[in-house]
Amino acid sequence: MDIMTIFIGTIFVNNILLAQFLGNCPYLGCSREKGVAAGMGAAVVFVTVVATLFTWLMQHLVLNPAGLGYLQTIVFIVVIAALVQFVEMFLKKMVPPLYSALGIYLPLITTNCAVMGVAILVQREGYGLVEGLLYALGYSLGFFLALMLMAGVRERLDICRLPKSMMGTPIALVMAGIMSLAFMAFKGMAQ
Amino acid sequence: MAVLKEFTKGLWQEMPPFRLLLGLCPTLAVTNSAENGLGMGAAVIFVLTLSNFLVSALRRFIPKTVRIACFIVIAASLVVALELLMQAYAYKLYEQLGIFVALIVVNCIILGRAEAFAAKHNVADSIADALGIGLGYTIALTFLGSLREILGNGTWFGMSVFGESFEPFKIMVQAPGAFICLGLILAGMNWLTRWQNRRKGAEFISIGCQGCSGCTACHTAGKEE
Repeated sequence: MDIMTIFIGTIFVNNILLAQFLGNCPYLGCSREKGVAAGMGAAVVFVTVVATLFTWLMQHLVLNPAGLGYLQTIVFIVVIAALVQFVEMFLKKMVPPLYSALGIYLPLITTNCAVMGVAILVQREGYGLVEGLLYALGYSLGFFLALMLMAGVRERLDICRLPKSMMGTPIALVMAGIMSLAFMAFKGMAQ
Repeated sequence: MAVLKEFTKGLWQEMPPFRLLLGLCPTLAVTNSAENGLGMGAAVIFVLTLSNFLVSALRRFIPKTVRIACFIVIAASLVVALELLMQAYAYKLYEQLGIFVALIVVNCIILGRAEAFAAKHNVADSIADALGIGLGYTIALTFLGSLREILGNGTWFGMSVFGESFEPFKIMVQAPGAFICLGLILAGMNWLTRWQNRRKGAEFISIGCQGCSGCTACHTAGKEE
């Protein structure tokens, strides 16, 4: 499996937002301005990759040898919640510029189903560590791309004349549908 | 009477996906058929009712500072129980819902109700609230699922609706259909609210939240920091 196929597959063909429906709350909530969207997207990329690393290690070094596979859900959510907290403390102390850019988005990520979803998907598909991390990176970059595209579209929508009932979330969802239609054209490029 | 009021508010006034915009990911992902929508709704009722019951019963013992973590652990334990139950008794549905069964843990509705309601009310009210919200969620999911299945596949719960000559809109059961359907339903709800308010002469308030996430738990988590 070469790297190019993984990236095209995860970013375009199986885009995590538009094809797999994970992480829709931030998709609708944080896509009003490009700056906010970039911050949220970057935080998701960072946390998803780190979380996939830790959950993969947890699954293969602790859960599988002990035969506790059924505890996957509860262990993963605790690992992710602890990790987010830890990353936040670490960034605050060691990398203040990054913290001021991503800080406010980090607490929101615990309940972002994209992070948890990718961690579980990587386990279900049975990827190795490196492959799993590449998938996590690809999926989260796909999230970043979709979020940025949406923010761009919504900034334009703000100055459009719309029927009052369609303003806000309804038109955002319809736009997401059209975007998803566009992304379907990538089908066949990779699995 | 108070219990009844807590129950009925979830059915229309605070219907989770259409009014509060909570729990959108499963709403979009599993509603490609009415049956899946109904199954997902039932799974959420199970977890939500038990989680509200436990949170409410334990509300005096959970320290305020770590309550979010406690709620997550309670929800996660219940989801693990649900996964094992579904593997034993409803394996076909479990396969179809895929990772969205495990992802009930991070469903905003569960945490949102625990934080906003169960942590402050007694057990009976909390269970009524959970049943109402859960049922509202199920109705919404089944409605969306039915709409998509009827238009996209020409069937309803697997039964043919339009007969042989119907050419289905395949797009409705695929990803774009979910977004467009939900968007149009929300627009319809907005229009209905506007129409009702205009008759009453009241100000129009758009549904959905204006801030980030539309998720109570996210908001409180954000404020904590």
